[in-house]
Parts: sequence; C-alpha cells; structure tokens
Amino acid sequence: MAIAHRQRPALGKNLAWRQGWGRFWTAVVVLMGAIALVPLAILLGYVLVRGAQRFDVQVWTALTPAAGQVGGGLGNAIVGSIVMVALATGFSVPLGVAVALYGTEVCRQAWIRAALRLAVNVLNGVPSILLGVFVYGAVVVGLGWGFGAIAGALALSLIMLPTIIRTTDDFCQGFPPEQRLAAYALGATDWEVLTGIVLPAALPAILTGTMLALSRAAGETAPLIFTALGFDFWLRGLSGPAPALSLTIYRFATGFDPNQQNLAWTGALILLLLVLLTQGLARILARLAPPST
Amino acid sequence: MELAQDQLGTQVKAQVKNFSFFYGSNKAIKDVDLEVLDCKVTSMIGPSGCGKTTLLRCFNRMHDLYPGTRYEGEILLESQNLLSLDPIEVRMRIGMVFQKPNPFPKSIFENIAYGLRIRGVKDKGVINERVERALRDAAIWDEVKDRLKDMAFNLSGGQQQRLCIARALATDPEILLFDEPTSALDPIATASIEELVIGLKGKVTILIVTHNMQQAVRISDYTAFMYLGELVEFDRTDVIFNNAAQQRTREYVSGQFG
Ligand SMILES: Nc1ncnc2c1ncn2[C@@H]1O[C@H](COP(=O)(O)OP(=O)(O)OP(=O)(O)O)[C@@H](O)[C@H]1O
Ligand SMILES: [Mg+2]
Repeated sequence: MAIAHRQRPALGKNLAWRQGWGRFWTAVVVLMGAIALVPLAILLGYVLVRGAQRFDVQVWTALTPAAGQVGGGLGNAIVGSIVMVALATGFSVPLGVAVALYGTEVCRQAWIRAALRLAVNVLNGVPSILLGVFVYGAVVVGLGWGFGAIAGALALSLIMLPTIIRTTDDFCQGFPPEQRLAAYALGATDWEVLTGIVLPAALPAILTGTMLALSRAAGETAPLIFTALGFDFWLRGLSGPAPALSLTIYRFATGFDPNQQNLAWTGALILLLLVLLTQGLARILARLAPPST
Repeated sequence: MELAQDQLGTQVKAQVKNFSFFYGSNKAIKDVDLEVLDCKVTSMIGPSGCGKTTLLRCFNRMHDLYPGTRYEGEILLESQNLLSLDPIEVRMRIGMVFQKPNPFPKSIFENIAYGLRIRGVKDKGVINERVERALRDAAIWDEVKDRLKDMAFNLSGGQQQRLCIARALATDPEILLFDEPTSALDPIATASIEELVIGLKGKVTILIVTHNMQQAVRISDYTAFMYLGELVEFDRTDVIFNNAAQQRTREYVSGQFG
C-alpha cells in the first residue's frame, strides 16, 4: 500500500531527525578518536624531535659511553637487541605455532584446549618483570647458564609466546571447516590437511602475530634486567652479560649525564624506527607471498 | 532390491548390503540394500532429515572423522567391503562434491593440483596436463585458462562449484558423490552443473543427493527414494517418477508430502 500523501511531511521530518542523530554520534566518535590520537602524536613528535638531535653515524657504530664521557653511541646495544629479539623469535614462533595447532587441530579433548587457553591468558597477564625473575631463577641460576643473550632471549620469548599462540589459534578457529572436509574428501591425512591447507592459509596471521610480539619484545626492559644484565661493550657471545637497547635507554634516561640522556632519546627513536621497519617489511612480505603455496 | 531386466548388461559398481549407520545410538540409516551401477547417475531423493547425506557420506567414510559413529553391514566397492578398508584409501578412490562450493584458499591451479600432489605426483608436465583435463571435463577450462594463478575465491559461485567438481575429477575417482551440489546456486549455474553431470555419464559413476525432483528426472538414470532412514524404493528414474511400486514413493514424487 502506498504511503498516503499527507503522511509524507511527517516521514521527512522523521528522517531528518534520524540522520541528525546519526551525524551527532559520528561527530562524537570522531572527537573521541582525536582525543586518543593526541597523546600518541605528542609522544611521537617529542621522540622525533629529541631523538633527531643526535642521529649521526656514530650512534650506530660506537659503544655506549660511560657517564662523563663525550660522544659514544648505541652500536653494541642495537646489535644486542637485534640478536636477542631474533633469538626470541626463533624460539617462540615454532613453539607458539605448534602449541596453537595442537590446541585447535590435533587435540580432540575440549578440556585440554580450555586449559591451554587459560594458560596462555595467564602467561599473557604475568608482569614482564616476573618473567625475567623466573628465567633468572630457572636458567641464569638454576641451569647455571649465567647472564647472557640466551637468558635474555628466553625471557623475551615468554613475552612473545602468548601473542603468537593467540593470533594463530584465532585464525585456525575461524578457518572454515568445509575447506578441511574438502581436503579430507580428497584422501588427505590429518598431517596433510594441516600442512597443506591450514598452515599456508595461516601464514599471514602467523606473520602478523610475530610482528606484534616482536614489536613488544624489542621494547621490553624489565625481563632483561635479570637475564641479559646489560653491557657497555660489544656482544662477545651468547653467554656473558649482553647489551640491549631498551636496557640502555632505561639506564641513560634515569641517569644524570646529559650526553647519556640525549642518547636515550636517540635510542627511543631508533627503537621506534626498527619496529616500524619490521612491520613494513612484514606487510610487504605478506603481499608478495604467492597465494598458491 | 530387484532391478528391472534391462540392467543386466550394466555392471554393479557398488553394492550396499544390509547396511545400517549410527550416530551414537541414533540409527540414522536402517538396513539399506542398494546397487549403484557403473558409469550411471543414481540420485537419492527424500524428505529433509531422511538420511540422504548420511548415506552418501558412508560411501567415502566421512563419518570416520567424527567420534561415536558406527557402520553395520557392508558396502562393496566391486568386490571389496569398503568399510574394512582404510578410510583414506576409500577417499582416494571415491570423490565428493559438497553442497556449498568449498575451494581451498589457493590459486585455481593449486586447487586442482592438490589431490594429485598428495598422491605423490611430482612431474610438472603430468600435473599440468591433468589439471587441464579436469578443468575441461568440468566445463570451466575456457573461463579460467588465462587466470589459473588467481585465487579460487575470485570465481563466481557456479564457477567455484565447477572448480570443486574439477578438483574431484582430477584424481580419477571411481565414484563421484554429490550432496545437493546446486542448492546454493542460481538457475543458470544450476543448469550448467546439470549439463556437466550429464556429460560425465559413461565416464564415472555418480551418486547425487538432490532436493529437486525435476533435477533427479533430468539427470539421473536411477533414483532411490528414502524415508526416515530407510530405502523405500529404488528403480529406474522414469519408473520411480511415473510408475512407482510403493504408495509412499508415489505420494512423495507427486508432491503430497516432503
Ligand atoms: N552429526 C550428527 N549427529 C547426530 N545425528 C545426526 C547428525 N547428522 C545428521 N543427524 C541425523 O540423522 C538424520 C539424517 O540426517 P541427514 O543429514 O542425512 O538428512 P538429509 O536427508 O541429508 O536431510 P536434508 O535433505 O535436510 O539434507 C537426521 O535425523 C539428523 O537429525
Ligand atoms: Mg543433506
């Protein structure tokens, strides 16, 4: 039945009101977004300005200076961080992916899955300093491996694990069961379905999770205090105190030496840039990856 | 069930003998006997919930993927009881096309090649040739030959379903199972799938579940009518639809219930 003529103005008024209401809330949301962006912008701007004050070649090549010393750089700290984060990624990605796949694809008991998820959530909620203390007790002292890049990397991998497990797990849970069934119907074994269908499709998700975890691990300081310890020379090996960018920033920023304080800002900027760089690389890699394999 | 005279010439590809199937304690298929004839199209019809999908999935042992399911009786594939074979071996010999198109998140080419790869085919030439043949047999080659590297999801629903048929055909199955393959498609895509199934007659044995009785008439040589987990009647399609022996079959095909 058509709408009667005399009802039309009322309809128009109603619509204007509804549209106005929608616009009002859109404005509110935009405002909230802007408020959230302000601190981020200030932070980034400040790090950029202060960090750019000393952004020379020496920063990348020279050793961290002692208090009172002039010049110096962050070379050893950058290398130490990269080595430890790389090691931590090497430990946590295979383990995290394996745990997630076990939980969603292999294990058939619901209670084991629930227990796994709980454990992951708990691990994610543990303060990072506690993870450092744990690795100190278990590895540095317990196994007698002493302070070093290995211990630091282990502490960082505990930080990274929950994120990697969760992102992989979320993807696998959302993976359409019909596609699995199609593979089984072609005569695939469990292992073939996992490695040939689920895992290739999960790679972008795993990569994203790894990047998220890696960004966080790169900036973590607390877990390294008891494990890597910090060091003002180049990394000599995987055992023995290891330098790290985050530790150096923490130490320099809380000290009194202006040269060190300046370097702390530069370190913060470098940390930001490294994280941005890895994220960008990951995006490009994900896009370049052929869909077929 | 006794078949009419003119079937004596054709071979029996699969024979379901005194077969029952259980979901836990629920007997979903009840003492079914059925003969699937070689290189013919056999359709299964019946009201919703009568066990068509359940019976179809027994042929490729899909139920083995879920705990608590149980088979009783025999399904002979030629002379072997496929219920005593390894389910993976059974699935390698009997292909399946699902209700909703379900391509893998891979390229068109890799979708078809997957079945060959898990069978250990490594020779690129052989894979290329068999992928092309499967796509041709599934009447989709001309549409995709220039975009084999595209993701399969970029195809239309009807194309995706033909791709799934090609995927199943690539591995030369002895029997191809279809579970309402056109129920998610529009009439034009449905017509092209039906044409394709008719074109496969004589090459592969086909067992198809359908809700659409006209479809059963158009494409199948034999029809099985199921009701409440039982096989009520099985005969040539024209007999089932025009001259059924059982009262319930006559009522169902004339649309009086279902
Ligand atoms: N996974 C399952 N667990 C327990 N019972 C099931 C399961 N799947 C199906 N059933 C039951 O088995 C019976 C047959 O179901 P089936 O899916 O085979 O019917 P169908 O003939 O294919 O129906 P439709 O035409 O609606 O697809 C139904 O009573 C259904 O409730
Ligand atoms: Mg069904």
